[in-house]
Amino acid sequence: MALDLEVNGKRVSVDADAATPLLWVLRDDLKLTGTKFGCGAAQCGACTVHVDGEAVRSCVLPIAAAVGRKVTTIEGLSSAVGKALSQAWIEEDVPQCGWCQTGQIMSAAVLVAEKATPSDADIDACMSGNVCRCATYVRIRRAIHSAAAIAKGGGR
Amino acid sequence: MSGRTLERRDLLRASAAVGGGLLVAFWFPASAEANSLALPKDFVPNAFVRIAPDGAVTVIINKAEMGQGVCTSLSMLVAEELDADWRRVGFEFAPVDPVYAHPGFGIQMTGGSTSIGGMFEPLRKAGAAARAMLVQAAAKRWNVDASECRTEKSTVTHTASGHSATYGELADAAAELEAPKDAPLKDPKDFRLIGRSTKRLDTVAKIAGTATFGLDVSVPGMLTAVVAHPPVFGGKAKRVDSAAALRVAGVVKVVEVPSGVAVVARGFWAAKLGRDALEIEWDDGANAGLSSEKLRADYAALSRTKGLTARHDGDPDGAFAAAKQVLEADYELPYLAHCPMEPLNCVVDLRTDSCEIWAGTQFQTVDHAAACAVAGLKPEQVKLHTTFLGGGFGRRANPASDYIVEAVAIAKQTGAPIKLVWTRTDDLRGGYYRPMWHSRIRAALAANGALAGWAHTIVGQSFIVGTPFEPFIIHDGIDGTSVEGSADTPYAIPAVHVDLHTTQVGVPTLWWRSVGHSHTAFVVETFLDEVAHALGEDALALRRRLLAKEPRHLAVLERAAGAAQWGTPLPAGRARGLAVHGSFNSFVATVLEVSLEHGRPRVHKAWTAIDCGRIVNPDGIVAQLEGAVGFGLTAALYSEITLRDGCVEQSNFHDYPMLRINEMPDVEVILVGSHEPSSGVGEPGVPPVAPALCNALFALTKKRIRRLPIRREDLTA
Ligand code: FES
Ligand code: FES
Repeated sequence: MALDLEVNGKRVSVDADAATPLLWVLRDDLKLTGTKFGCGAAQCGACTVHVDGEAVRSCVLPIAAAVGRKVTTIEGLSSAVGKALSQAWIEEDVPQCGWCQTGQIMSAAVLVAEKATPSDADIDACMSGNVCRCATYVRIRRAIHSAAAIAKGGGR
Repeated sequence: MSGRTLERRDLLRASAAVGGGLLVAFWFPASAEANSLALPKDFVPNAFVRIAPDGAVTVIINKAEMGQGVCTSLSMLVAEELDADWRRVGFEFAPVDPVYAHPGFGIQMTGGSTSIGGMFEPLRKAGAAARAMLVQAAAKRWNVDASECRTEKSTVTHTASGHSATYGELADAAAELEAPKDAPLKDPKDFRLIGRSTKRLDTVAKIAGTATFGLDVSVPGMLTAVVAHPPVFGGKAKRVDSAAALRVAGVVKVVEVPSGVAVVARGFWAAKLGRDALEIEWDDGANAGLSSEKLRADYAALSRTKGLTARHDGDPDGAFAAAKQVLEADYELPYLAHCPMEPLNCVVDLRTDSCEIWAGTQFQTVDHAAACAVAGLKPEQVKLHTTFLGGGFGRRANPASDYIVEAVAIAKQTGAPIKLVWTRTDDLRGGYYRPMWHSRIRAALAANGALAGWAHTIVGQSFIVGTPFEPFIIHDGIDGTSVEGSADTPYAIPAVHVDLHTTQVGVPTLWWRSVGHSHTAFVVETFLDEVAHALGEDALALRRRLLAKEPRHLAVLERAAGAAQWGTPLPAGRARGLAVHGSFNSFVATVLEVSLEHGRPRVHKAWTAIDCGRIVNPDGIVAQLEGAVGFGLTAALYSEITLRDGCVEQSNFHDYPMLRINEMPDVEVILVGSHEPSSGVGEPGVPPVAPALCNALFALTKKRIRRLPIRREDLTA
């Protein structure tokens, strides 16, 4: 059935069953492949997107539940925090294989938007839902601290 | 990273083997063809580099980029000798062609931590040849002597005449010249790029979500396939009722292939629902009774019998007979899944007389040949595009090409391009695991306190038997990958015996990051700790003594121990453990500091020192070693694939957990410089992690851990 969504600020209409997880609508129908598939069971965070500003595992969110809400994927992450995270991620050269990284950034974006100066404990709490098989965690942590500093005061 | 890829027709002109049997292709686009285009030509001096008239330098990467950073480090090798402006350097993945074969193994592949070591010379030669041609083109244009020209940042300069030109400006003219056969290479002291931390070329695309992995590929008209695999390895579908599956909206077709029953649909979700709706009666076949518990008992019994000798030094029987004390222990390690973060997948566009394939693969030559065989096409009709790999760890280097073969087989029956997608459960249950291992090990301690004898019996499967690698790796019945790290132990022990039982079990197995070292280092390094304890000697002191003639082991050991302040007191409840291990021609020592939190190990800090010969990209090595600590801890703390009634029990991250950020220790990486040839980086960091952890836990709890993953009950009385 036809469902109207708002993705990255654009209205789109997709023809999908209401129970289809948002992840597959993004990837297969809208070709927004920056959102990744890792487990399909809300266990790894690779598919993290923002729905009304909250980090959500899109692999378990039925598309019907996204109707009428603002969906943001990595392709549409254009906030100041998003830019700070990109800059920090590049400075720390975080990714290895890269598959988990967009999900990591989407989770981190909510953390940094909510906490101007996240502590290590905040990072543990917010980021432990995002698996990185390459174990880039040391750099993810550093990059989040540094992104928070960049976002706060234009520089570190 | 798309753009123009090299055409096969170009590659067929590849020729000229240069130096040491390493094949470096030098070919030229035929002038006639090139001239028929009015546009300025790209300068394509050889198979590994291309320079466009706008100055863009593209390095052709013949390796899989699976996180280890090769697209950056290999590009550095070319750019160094080319004196390219690094800001204008990009890369693309090579097509399948013999010119891109691994210089040691003769096929196009990525594995064994050999990319830098193998390509160090060939890529530098490719860069040097290109540079020489650009210089020659400039010298000709200015009518000066080439030897008076200098190059830097993609520019040729002739100081005396005041001339200078960029590589882009010279590309057209250079393309008309003959490639020199032996352009000189730089003296390493003149390196500007090699040895300097250089940012990865793929970071920006990976964080923006624009890097194309196999699962991201889409071709017009493409359908998605999800496969129901037999629950027992080797099983076959006896009866398939696809009626309900075909009623699922979006499902187009159900096809039977040798590896299972595929549901083909518009999009993943419909395919997955279709698979859920399949009714299949399976014939489980010969492996229906497989169970981990039974295998454990069988392996333990086998370990009490003599296997094939892999090493025999001195008089072990005599040493044991004369020993004042004999230590003995059994070690057990489970099957492990690679579990790359991007589940396996493959896109196939099969036509009557051609086939295009997109896949993240570490095994291009093998996969290409397998695809040709299944498609029934000639090699030149099949094009395999290598994408980024969302992790490999050996899983995407499969002599059986399982996911490629499966995808082509489905495409053959579909009549439309297909994308095969494995779920995480398919990945964990799909086989090709690090083998399960049993080790029985004994040490003879002499009256004078010497470690006089050592005997190690190894029991487990070979994943080399029956593959084309057999003649290279199996000698006198011994699979080198089963005993590596033990049979070649560097410890100075006068009498050593290592033997091997190669078992035959119906569970498909494969190399897993660090291969045989992933089990032998655990056994050797923890058992050596038991020896140190029995002798009343410090673990570092004993290793120093036994490695006195092994300077590279010693150097990393000293650096890691020094950084960790080995031997200094720690707060109550904390302890350190260490391990040192050489693999893939590199040497790594790791010290971990641990405590117990709620009865579970907590690793606070890791110090890990590596000597991997000449360093190309220091920060890239640091990243690999950090990652290796996390990868090794995941295996030690959590990972095990178990079988019951022939079926794999694990299904997703809840029962095959990964280390999370809150469990990741601080990691201090120490790079021990050396002028030895560049050696492995991706794998050698893994082997010392589990033994360092268990040695630290012994120091803390006095409990020996001889079975992985660590169980809560192993740490309590
Ligand atoms: S794919 Fe959604 S959490 Fe793993
Ligand atoms: S970078 Fe490979 S899974 Fe995170």
